[in-house]
Amino acid sequence: MNRKVAICAVAQIKNEPDIWYQRFQGMLFDCFESIVQQTGVGFDMEKGIRNVITISDDVFDARTISDNGMTDVVGAHFLGEEKIAQDGLNALGYAMACILSGHDDLILVIGHCKESQAESRNMCTNLAFDPFYCRPVGLDFLNASAFQARAYMARSGVTEAHLAKIVVRSRQNAAKNPYARENPPVTEQEVMASPMLADPIRQLHQYPVTDWAAAMLVCCEERAREFTDTPVWITGFGSCMDSYFLGDRDLAGNFALKNAAERAYARAGITDPKTAFDVVELNDASAYQLPMWAEGVGIADEAGGGAWIDAGGMDRYHVNLSGGMLAGNPVMLGGLARAMEAVLQLQGKAEGRQVEGAKRALAHGTTGPAGQHHAVIILEN
Amino acid sequence: MRKDFDVSDCYVQEGKLALPYSYFAGRVGSTFITTLRDQRRILGVRCNTCGKVFVPPRQTCERCMEDIRNNWVTLSNTGEVVNYTVVNYDDRHLPRKAPFILALIRPDGADTPMVHILEGIEGDKVQPGLKVKAVFSEKTTHTILDIDHFEPVA
Ligand SMILES: [Zn+2]
Repeated sequence: MNRKVAICAVAQIKNEPDIWYQRFQGMLFDCFESIVQQTGVGFDMEKGIRNVITISDDVFDARTISDNGMTDVVGAHFLGEEKIAQDGLNALGYAMACILSGHDDLILVIGHCKESQAESRNMCTNLAFDPFYCRPVGLDFLNASAFQARAYMARSGVTEAHLAKIVVRSRQNAAKNPYARENPPVTEQEVMASPMLADPIRQLHQYPVTDWAAAMLVCCEERAREFTDTPVWITGFGSCMDSYFLGDRDLAGNFALKNAAERAYARAGITDPKTAFDVVELNDASAYQLPMWAEGVGIADEAGGGAWIDAGGMDRYHVNLSGGMLAGNPVMLGGLARAMEAVLQLQGKAEGRQVEGAKRALAHGTTGPAGQHHAVIILEN
Repeated sequence: MRKDFDVSDCYVQEGKLALPYSYFAGRVGSTFITTLRDQRRILGVRCNTCGKVFVPPRQTCERCMEDIRNNWVTLSNTGEVVNYTVVNYDDRHLPRKAPFILALIRPDGADTPMVHILEGIEGDKVQPGLKVKAVFSEKTTHTILDIDHFEPVA
């Protein structure tokens, strides 16, 4: 990647269980105002933002073209607006491509999801499946993950005790993140005694229902310093979509994530992921996914997730100091949240969870049942 | 909730999306569904390049890009459990009251397991490799639920 793309500013509201008292437009507008305030960016056709990329999900919003009712509050009124209905990390990759192509200088990436609006998150994700073979038997993202958790734990030596450790650590880390969902601290015993939802996944292994919105200003290299003194550079991006049917996939094998990571590493010139990153943020919607994705991006040995946790891998590689998705981000935004945290770390703005002198970070996002699609982004300061 | 937020006079509207649809199953899917419904046979398709037999059936092998739509094979009504989970929560989209078992079941003669309901065994007794057979439903739903469930081979 010869030309570079900068993230100049990030803005977010706090992750909460139920933002019933604010419409998603209001949540977005809070983020929008923060970006404008931080950077002074405008929306004129000459020098301003001409294109906004939004992230939203029709089913969670219960309205199709879920972006059409918000263009005015995200600065897209009478301008370009495009929507990503996938994890928000892909919106960041798309913004990068818009800028690298020379089509745009500046892109606002802005997304929201109110998981609390639907009576049942699992009913929403059941609709991600086809109506002939998978939807009728009741597949949703939770029970699909349960198949993957069983396959992965059998292969990697990850045990129920490891999962408990991951959950406890997530909540401890999230307590240092002012934007994280406020969850009561838990003990490993409490995690292991929490109700079994779809074995081996227990209630506390699964990310809680969460509402959130976030935004980023993405800019070409030439103009980045107009908006910030601390640009964070996108130096690599890769993504990969696995097969649709669960039975077609090696559920424990990380096929798509390995491909996504390799593609990002090739762009960023990374040959050894174990020494490459000061901060790693992985999109762990369920506890088993943290070591699994760590294997997939190559910071843990293949099939060695359990031993990697025992050897202190989560802290050694500074994985999910934000608390991770496990602490609570809505679906569609788990990966964008990871990138937000990586940016804050690389700007030195991560406060009580700051990794001193962080130079390079990996952020990961996933979309679809049991990690069907993965995206990996490499960020540097 | 943010402490400074004024929530006086806030109204929350209750709503619902309930929208009937007609979905074409595709030609390959149509053959699979109608054969299951009318003949109680489970069909797969074979890729002649890699030899893999897919169920549910598809038009193209995802690895070889070969057109496999006409390479029908009748699979056995028996198979084996490859993976499973005991679903322990109730919800409107689920086909059974909790607890019930969802399993990845590979019909004999196929290479790809498919997800279906497993009955006739306690969740803590299920092991990968368990031999099971299809039990067809009394009444058709024109979906994969024309197999009502799988159960262990006696
Ligand atoms: Zn083939």
